Amino acid sequence: MSLPAHALPRLLAGFSPDRQMSLAEHVHVHGALPAGDRGLRQELSRSGLHGCGGGSFPFARKLDAVAARRGRPVVVVNGSEGEPLSWKDKLLLGHLPHLVLDGAVASARALGAREIVVAVESTGAAGAVHRAINEREGGRREGVSLRVQAVPASYLTGQETALIAALSGRPPLPAMTPPYPFEKGLAGRPTLLSNAETYAHAGLIARNGADWFRALGTRESPGTRLVTVTGAVAHAGVIEVAGGTEVKALLSAAGGITEPVVGLLFGGYAGIWAGVQARHWQLGEAELRSHGASLGPGIVLVLGQSSCPVSETARAARWLSDQSAGQCGPCVNGLDAIAGALEQLCDRGDHSGAYTHLERWCSLVNRRGACSLPDGAARFVITALRTFRPVFKDHALHGRCESCHQQGARRARSRERLVRV
Amino acid sequence: MSKLRVDPIRCTAHGMCAELLPERVWLDDWGYPVIDGEPLSADLVEHARRAVAACPVLALTLDQSSRPAGREPRAETTRRR
Ligand SMILES: Cc1cc2nc3c(=O)[nH]c(=O)nc-3n(C[C@H](O)[C@H](O)[C@H](O)COP(=O)(O)O)c2cc1C
Ligand code: SF4
Ligand code: SF4
Repeated sequence: MSLPAHALPRLLAGFSPDRQMSLAEHVHVHGALPAGDRGLRQELSRSGLHGCGGGSFPFARKLDAVAARRGRPVVVVNGSEGEPLSWKDKLLLGHLPHLVLDGAVASARALGAREIVVAVESTGAAGAVHRAINEREGGRREGVSLRVQAVPASYLTGQETALIAALSGRPPLPAMTPPYPFEKGLAGRPTLLSNAETYAHAGLIARNGADWFRALGTRESPGTRLVTVTGAVAHAGVIEVAGGTEVKALLSAAGGITEPVVGLLFGGYAGIWAGVQARHWQLGEAELRSHGASLGPGIVLVLGQSSCPVSETARAARWLSDQSAGQCGPCVNGLDAIAGALEQLCDRGDHSGAYTHLERWCSLVNRRGACSLPDGAARFVITALRTFRPVFKDHALHGRCESCHQQGARRARSRERLVRV
Repeated sequence: MSKLRVDPIRCTAHGMCAELLPERVWLDDWGYPVIDGEPLSADLVEHARRAVAACPVLALTLDQSSRPAGREPRAETTRRR
C-alpha cells in the first residue's frame, strides 16, 4: 500500500499527536521501503527535492558530491532544530521517526554507506528515535547501523560544522569551510548531512518515485513542505502544504488569524519580515525568492497588531547575539551593537543616534563570520526596519509604546505547541 | 587568479593587513578587516603576500585556486547561508 499521489497530507498521513507511529502502522500507511536503491540518485534528482533545513540546497547534488569522494561515507540526520519557531523536526522524529529513518537508510544504500547517525537535542525525540531503531533491529536487516546521538541544545548546534563537532564530542562550534562535511565530516569521512524532513521526503521518493513526488506542488516547488505556523493564528502548529500554496490558505488551515495582521515573518530567526501584502504570496522557494524571501526551515510567524514589531525585533536581535559562538569578531561585536541599539531605541528612544547606524551595521556583519548566523540576524533586522519603518521612527522619538507594555503575557500564548495537520 | 580571504575565527584584529594593503582591506567599527573579495590585480599580489606574511595569527590567506568558484555544493551557503 502507498499513498495516492494527490493525497495530502503525505508526511503527516496517519499522524497522531498522542503517540509515536509504530513500524507496522508506518508500513501500513506508506508501504514497505523497497530493498536496494533502484536508481534512487536519479529519482531524487528528477524529484527536485531541496533541503528543508534552511539552505534549500538540491538534495541529489549533495548526495552526488558525497558519492564522488573517496572513502566510505557516513549519513547524518540533522534533527537538532534549535530554531525556537520551528517544531517540525521534533514532530517528525518524535511521532513519525520511521519516515526519517527510511530516507536515511535509502540514502545510505545509494551511497554504499553503513553508518547512520541521527542527531537530536530533545530527550523526548531521542527516546522515540531509539524505540524506532530498536523496532528496526538497529538496521541489521537493512544492512546498516542506525544510532541516535543526543547533542547539546542550542541554536548553533544545528549548523552543519557545529553539529559534526558536537557528534565528535567537541563543543558545538562552527568551523571554517572548506572542508565541508561532504568532503571531511564525521570521523574525517565524506558525510551526507541533511535535515530530518529532507530525509523523510527522500524515503517517500525511494518508494514512490519522482513523478509521485511532483504530483503535488508546482514545477518550481514540487512536493510538500512542513511549515510551523505561530503567532496571531487560532491554532499554531505544524501544517503540511503543497509547494506553491498561498499564504492565505496556510493561515486558514491554521484556523485563521485572531487579530488584524501587521506583518509576517518567513524563515524564522534567520528569515525576512514582510508586510500584509505577503498574504498573497505563494509558499515555495522559487516563488518566495522572487520577493526576496525564503521559507528557511519552514516557518511562518504572523504578527498581530497588538504586538510591537520593535520590541520583537530587539528581543530577537539580543537572542541571536547571545547565540553567537563568540568566535568571530564581526559577529560578536556587530550583533551586540545591533541588539544594544535596538534595545535602547525600543525602551528609551534614540538619544545616541544609533538608529542611523543599524542598517550599516547589518550590512557590515553580513557574510563576515565563519558561519551564516550573522547573515541571518542581519537579514531579520534589516527587513524588520524596512517593513515597520514608521513604528521604528515612532520608537526612536518616544521609546516604549502601548503594546510593548502588554506583550509578555501574549507571547506565552503564541508559543502554544499545539500540533495540527 | 588570487583572492584574499580572512579566517574570522583566527583573526584577532591586529589590523596589520589593512596597513599593508589599504587598497583592498579596511577595518570595520570594531577593528576587524573587511576584505574586498574581488580577484587581485597583478600589481597588488605582491603587497597581498606581504600582508599575509605579516598577520601574526595566520588568519589571512591568498587563495590561488584554479577550480571555478561555486561548483562545490555549499550546503548552507546556497542563497545566503
Ligand atoms: C545558526 C544555524 C543553525 C542551523 N540549525 C539547523 C537545524 O537546527 N537543523 C537543520 O537541519 N539545519 C540547520 N542549519 C542548516 C545546516 O547548516 C545545514 O545547511 C542543513 O542541516 C542541511 O540540511 P538540508 O540540506 O537538508 O537543508 C543551521 C544553520 C545555521 C547557520
Ligand atoms: S559567525 Fe558568529 S556564530 Fe558563526 S562561528 Fe563566528 S562567532 Fe560563531
Ligand atoms: S593582520 Fe591578521 S589578525 Fe590582524 S586584522 Fe588582519 S587578518 Fe586579522
